[in-house]
Amino acid sequence: MTIKEKQQEVIEEFSAFDDWMDKYSLLIELGNELDSFDEANRQQQNLIEGCQSKVWLHAEMNDGKIEIQGDSDAIIVKGIVALLLRVLSGHTPDEILDSDLFFIDEIGLKEHLSPTRSNGLVAMVRQIKAYALAFKARQNK
Amino acid sequence: MIFTRGTTESVNLLSSSFGETFLKEGDEIILTEMEHHSNIVPWQLLAQRRGVTVKVVPVTDAGELDMQGFSELLNEKTSLVAVTHISNVLGTINPVEEIIALSHTAGVPVMIDGAQAIHHVLVDVQKLDCDFYAFSGHKMYAPTGVGVLYGKRKWLQQMNPYQGGGEMIDKVSFSGTTFNDLPYKFEAGTPNYAGVIGLGAAIDYLRNIGLEDVWAYEHELFEYALKQMSAVPGIRFVGQARHHTSVISFLLGDAHPFDVGTLLDKLGFALRTGHHCAQPLMDRFRISGTVRASFAFYNTREEVDNLVEALKRVAMMLG
Repeated sequence: MTIKEKQQEVIEEFSAFDDWMDKYSLLIELGNELDSFDEANRQQQNLIEGCQSKVWLHAEMNDGKIEIQGDSDAIIVKGIVALLLRVLSGHTPDEILDSDLFFIDEIGLKEHLSPTRSNGLVAMVRQIKAYALAFKARQNK
Repeated sequence: MIFTRGTTESVNLLSSSFGETFLKEGDEIILTEMEHHSNIVPWQLLAQRRGVTVKVVPVTDAGELDMQGFSELLNEKTSLVAVTHISNVLGTINPVEEIIALSHTAGVPVMIDGAQAIHHVLVDVQKLDCDFYAFSGHKMYAPTGVGVLYGKRKWLQQMNPYQGGGEMIDKVSFSGTTFNDLPYKFEAGTPNYAGVIGLGAAIDYLRNIGLEDVWAYEHELFEYALKQMSAVPGIRFVGQARHHTSVISFLLGDAHPFDVGTLLDKLGFALRTGHHCAQPLMDRFRISGTVRASFAFYNTREEVDNLVEALKRVAMMLG
């Protein structure tokens, strides 16, 4: 599936709920289901700045695709991390760099996009794209 | 009374001006573990500039000041004590009368950070006999960008100006400049008269309702909230001082405060989450932050009941 298709899947899942509290329940569920994070990766260099909670993102290149792992100590944020990983992990650097993350808006997480919200969604997306750029540069060498 | 942009500027004014005039290398300033960053960082900057040492009064598990610890820190090198009247996180009402009495006996002036206290308890600076008292307008229904630094004339008269410019001068020439009288000496530039008028309006508004009635009602609501919130499964109050008011900081089980705040927000409740500009206090309690409910005279018991129901629901969702 392309990044675009994965986003559409997420949007469909969330549109099944009208009530905001149900959408958050889904996010919490996704957070709980997120693959466990390698303790070895829980390091300062993987910590995302600009979050009220702690967020770790770790990326590795495998077979031309970027595999991303993530974690957070706040469960709703972990749910958001889970969505980002679902959509972006396992794709090439170019696919990630070219992606337009419209699903965040469409599922109504718009308030999480505001920098003043300090949950670092902007920072997370920026970090993932930065990883993509770094891996791409390494590839091109 | 000097008008400033707020408590933060008041403390900066004091640390800069008082520091420059009176403090020398080796002197000590006493702060506490429960201070807001605005009553910590200006003193740290001063410490760096003047070689002054910052000493910190510990906070007990109940969220009270360790007064024994305070007495032990007070010595002949102490040049100033700066302490909050009511903690913006814990709601603890500090024994400022005692702190001032002890400090004055040791010949040490005291600054009180009254940002949280100013509209929850009676503040009579003459009675308190504090040397300085700072507060902000925006925490008492006035516009942002205005605040006060009250100071005893004997200090302010000796203190060097903080910022230079128009209004704070008497005569200016390139061969020498003289300064204006108090309070103008400390009010450089065009004043925020719009803000000050707004502050006056806020004071009139509160006085009209009846300050003592406001405080009594708020405190009663605070006690009611404490009692009702205790019934929420897994709730942990941060700070259970014997004398506290106005704010309740808490955690729900192991849930991250951000998660609690986000869900409460969706349910229609505005609470602040995080470190509340008091990181050292968070470190002392070994937590990343708290959820904070704050009560004003326009809140009702019904709202408290609704909050409790919401908290129970949130506790279940995050449990």
